[in-house]
Amino acid sequence: MRRLLALAGLAAVPLAVLGVFFVLPVSGMLAEGFWADGTFDPGAVAEVLARPRTQRVIWFTVWSSVLATACALLLGVPAAHLLHRRRFRGRAALRALLLVPFVLPTVVVGVAFRELIGEAGPLGFLGFDGSAGAIVAGLVFFNVAVVIRAVGAAWESLDARPAEAAASLGAGPARVFLTVTLPALRPAIVSAASVVFLFCATAFGVVLTLGGLRYSSVETEIYLLTTNLLDLQAAAALSIVQLLAITALLVVTSRLRAVPDPTLARSTARPPRVARGDWPGVLAVLLVVVLVGLPIAALVSGSLQVGDGWGLDNYRALTTEGSRQALLVPVTQALVTSLRTAVDATWMSLGLGLLVAVVVTRRSRTRTERRARSLLDGLFMLPLGVSAVTLGFGFLITLDEPPLDFRDSLLLVPIAQALVALPLVVRTLAPVLGGIDDRQRQAAASLGAGPLRTFVTVDLPVMWKPLLAAAGFAFAVSLGEFGATSFLARDDNPTMPIVIFHLIGHPGAMNYGMALAASVVLAATTAVVMLLVERLRVPSVGAF
Amino acid sequence: MRSVRACAPMLALALAATACSTVGESSGSEEPGDGATPTEVVLVTHESFALPKKLVRQFEEQTGYDLVVRASGDAGVLTNKLVLTQDNPLGDVAFGVDNTFASRALDEGVFAPYDAPLPEGAEQYRLPGDEENALSPVDNASVCVNVDDTWFADQDLAVPTSLDDLVDPAYEDLFVTPGAATSSPGMAFLLATIGAYGEDGWQDYWASLMDNGTQLTDGWSDAYQVDFTQGGGKGDRPIVLSYDSSPAFTIAEDGTSTTSALLDTCFRQVEYAGVLAGAANPEGAEALVDFLLGPDVQAALPESMYVFPVDASVELPQEWAEFAEQPTEPLTVDPEAIAENRDEWLREWSDITSR
Amino acid sequence: MLSVEHVSVSYDGAPAVVDASLRLDDGQVLAVLGPSGSGKSTLLRAIAGLEPLAAGRIRWDGDDLAGVPTHKRGFALMFQDGQLFNHLTVARNVGYALRLRRTPDAATRVQELLELVGLQGYGDRLPGTLSGGERQRVALARSLAVQPRLLLLDEPLSALDAELRERLASDLRDILRAAGTTALMVTHDHEEAFAVADRLAVMRAGGVVQEGEIAEVWRAPADPATALFLGYARVLVGDAAATLLRAAGLPAAPAVAVRRSALVVADDGPLRGVVVSGRATPGQIRLVVDVDGVGEMDAVAQHGSHPAPADRVALTVDGGRLAVTPFGR
Repeated sequence: MRRLLALAGLAAVPLAVLGVFFVLPVSGMLAEGFWADGTFDPGAVAEVLARPRTQRVIWFTVWSSVLATACALLLGVPAAHLLHRRRFRGRAALRALLLVPFVLPTVVVGVAFRELIGEAGPLGFLGFDGSAGAIVAGLVFFNVAVVIRAVGAAWESLDARPAEAAASLGAGPARVFLTVTLPALRPAIVSAASVVFLFCATAFGVVLTLGGLRYSSVETEIYLLTTNLLDLQAAAALSIVQLLAITALLVVTSRLRAVPDPTLARSTARPPRVARGDWPGVLAVLLVVVLVGLPIAALVSGSLQVGDGWGLDNYRALTTEGSRQALLVPVTQALVTSLRTAVDATWMSLGLGLLVAVVVTRRSRTRTERRARSLLDGLFMLPLGVSAVTLGFGFLITLDEPPLDFRDSLLLVPIAQALVALPLVVRTLAPVLGGIDDRQRQAAASLGAGPLRTFVTVDLPVMWKPLLAAAGFAFAVSLGEFGATSFLARDDNPTMPIVIFHLIGHPGAMNYGMALAASVVLAATTAVVMLLVERLRVPSVGAF
Repeated sequence: MRSVRACAPMLALALAATACSTVGESSGSEEPGDGATPTEVVLVTHESFALPKKLVRQFEEQTGYDLVVRASGDAGVLTNKLVLTQDNPLGDVAFGVDNTFASRALDEGVFAPYDAPLPEGAEQYRLPGDEENALSPVDNASVCVNVDDTWFADQDLAVPTSLDDLVDPAYEDLFVTPGAATSSPGMAFLLATIGAYGEDGWQDYWASLMDNGTQLTDGWSDAYQVDFTQGGGKGDRPIVLSYDSSPAFTIAEDGTSTTSALLDTCFRQVEYAGVLAGAANPEGAEALVDFLLGPDVQAALPESMYVFPVDASVELPQEWAEFAEQPTEPLTVDPEAIAENRDEWLREWSDITSR
Repeated sequence: MLSVEHVSVSYDGAPAVVDASLRLDDGQVLAVLGPSGSGKSTLLRAIAGLEPLAAGRIRWDGDDLAGVPTHKRGFALMFQDGQLFNHLTVARNVGYALRLRRTPDAATRVQELLELVGLQGYGDRLPGTLSGGERQRVALARSLAVQPRLLLLDEPLSALDAELRERLASDLRDILRAAGTTALMVTHDHEEAFAVADRLAVMRAGGVVQEGEIAEVWRAPADPATALFLGYARVLVGDAAATLLRAAGLPAAPAVAVRRSALVVADDGPLRGVVVSGRATPGQIRLVVDVDGVGEMDAVAQHGSHPAPADRVALTVDGGRLAVTPFGR
């Protein structure tokens, strides 16, 4: 009983936040759909689901997301090996670079991608523009970093000895990987895959921009239905589909993630240099670098173009308010706003995520307790799978009365971003926390260490790297978040993506150049922050 | 006490974090207590809204109210937000609902009647069907097909002039437009074709348009900046859907514009301001609507929001006066018909364009 | 003084410990012996405060420990595999609890402890570089550092090889004696229990079946199963038991547990039997003999005698290697 109470106590804060800022708004929007004109009318919602268009949209969403997730895994897992288990020059810089796509506003990435693959672009001959292939490539571009970081964080501290033991028993590298390493990494891989799948399934800009409007996903359809047609019944129907799909996904992944013994031996050995046997990793990293690097290169070269020549004029202009005062604030000020918001979103999501991760990974004594924990685990994944539009409108109609009068609050933007980042944080931390032998904590407790001290002694030393990785994620998510932010942002304090969207949405070569330059600045800032975060050491960890 | 040392690094991190966070700042929008005189006017608008700081200060000095701007989403998002929150409105004034969405807002009773005195020449922009004059026209911009004149000169090809020309095989694979489902100018272009070919004729026109290699993009920036030959990204399509004001932004070194708008292909979007029903500060709201219609804001509109003022007496910026020509007889569709058929038209349009 | 009173613990409804009672006086070492799955480790964890009780009470010096969390019980728990903190040096591991309590002169105390467990000079090593035996010694030193009122040892030696286990068992005994530590050790190995403990409690199927002075329990196992678990080779009942006891010159009893070396080939022995098989070991020859009126039994013969299968031999019974047990349970 005490344990359950303690569990509830730890979970209370994240649950309250999720309840107020997710469950309430989303149910509000669903209610609008089900209670059209004040009468309960679920039939209309069901009718929407029977439409051939709805079914086509759902089918496209499923297969494109599955394909993109598979590609992200195929590239990301070997790349994670090279980037987290091998030592080479420029490794930290490369890791930071690969996180950059995560923060770039879709509208800019769309432009960068299309400058490459469009009819007039250097890769135009591929005929890729407007195809489903382009959509999948775009989704992989955005999400491969998730796989690399989440899997890499788990791989980094994996004990090499079981693999060496298998090798000494005559297993070749492939066999060692399949029989020893992969099972140990499975929770992390499944976690990453489920997050990536949700990101893909709810991708918005990529599908529209790169698909040339020929493809609709559930997310774009909800956007259209809600913002353009105000057909809330149909939107509710699709939101229900999203919720059901996530639930199914969570059930499947929690099965896949469950391993008989989550305990992992940890080692802190220095990684070896790159050797010949690492070719899959090298190949994957090269592919990822091309995939991520080309659009970024296009972006950088575009930002340096001034008239027919080259120059830094676009960058100099960032401290102004646009060629015709298109913006109320200089881009530099928007960058400051972005960074501050990101700091807030980061600490919120880390705090909540840590609590959730601790709660869901503590060993359960009873089946009820186990169920409660896995239910909690799933609950916090939900914000990833539900449309930002639904959430955004839901905020407006449910959080408008005291004591929950938040719709004009400055906190709403970082909170919304923290909710989006939360599943990433949890999924990065939970596998690592779950991998800690519970008896380590018991040993500390029996020596007289209280819960907090036990956490510092046992959990933190193993956790700080994944914690930093999670912080990086949360920060990047916040810097790049556009969907919810554009719904909530106030014009006197716009964030970078909003400003970039503004700039690129108006004619004039200068505005275009500034938009690209601002994107480069945003990307570079992110990369620098990531580099700094990776260099951070928690100085006191060894002290207890 | 023992745990204090354990917490110290975390505490330091937390402090460092809050030092540069936004949370600590006051929001500056405290609600006045019941019965107190309202001290602020809240303007709900779309994300393209921009007003020079000087004008904001001017309004605040003139009226004594603080102006709070809540800007987000596009015109569609704005309208739907207003509809969904009409029981507890987001602010006092809404600006940015256009003539393609206005009927929905009016039908739902979002706006309170306020017959603001309109400036000279603005009467023609009134929303047909708005009998109570709840909405005041503030600005207008016409969505028109734009062409790259230099490209056609280089290719020795006659510049197209009409919607009909766009389906001429001579102009195959040259046109790019944002889609109607995802973009506000895209929707306006669909309405232009409905205005031109009628509610039963536009479908065939669009089928021919697609057969002639028209490219659809997500939004305006994709079409103009990436695919248009005179856009930022130097694409390869010389005909694009944009605005009547766009030629003012493509001025070459010799002082002439490289592009022009085809004035027979235009659909005019008018943006309205109105007092929200249930506004906390109706007096302030009316003052703000008046202010938006006043000569200072009207004069600032082209520079800050890329739109034409409704006030005919306002002097336009030099490039605008020279290169941004407005259509005299734009194509029109009845706002009521738009409200009624938007869903159906978009569905038909999606079917035709994704075939 | 630890007293465990009618304690039950269950996992998700399945009982692991049922109505177990124990007593442990200060300064004594109690071994809880039982096969795997007998609930002995669960009982240990319950005493440590790591498992909630379904019923019963655990007291220390009369105070009920319910509601006292693990870290406030002052019981140190040493795991089978040590559970050292791998990121801390040996000295920091050993000094962990000392630092928690801000003990002055912690460094000196750590040196003393390392000396006590025979690991002088190991202070700066990381646990990853130690052998299994060394790791257990470090774990022991870490547990002893703050002189816990009770030391809980969970199969402390079972991860080690036989020779090391034997040596460490006697070391452990000496160290515990020297420190005057009250300890409760859980093990499945009766030799380990015998080497380290003063008292013995035997658990089976979640319950304590016998508790007492170690020699006492040894001499009189509570039932046949306990006898077998304590290393007796066979348990005889009925006529066979009567015949054997008579041969040993002991009063009749319903059951008797017999050690492997209780029957010795001797020409003047009272029992007769036919050798079934034989095997030579360095000390003696081990036989299986079909004893008249008793059945197949283990027996030993001195080197020099040459009993071959099918030979008839005479046997004496060493009464000190028999244990009369109550019949069944």
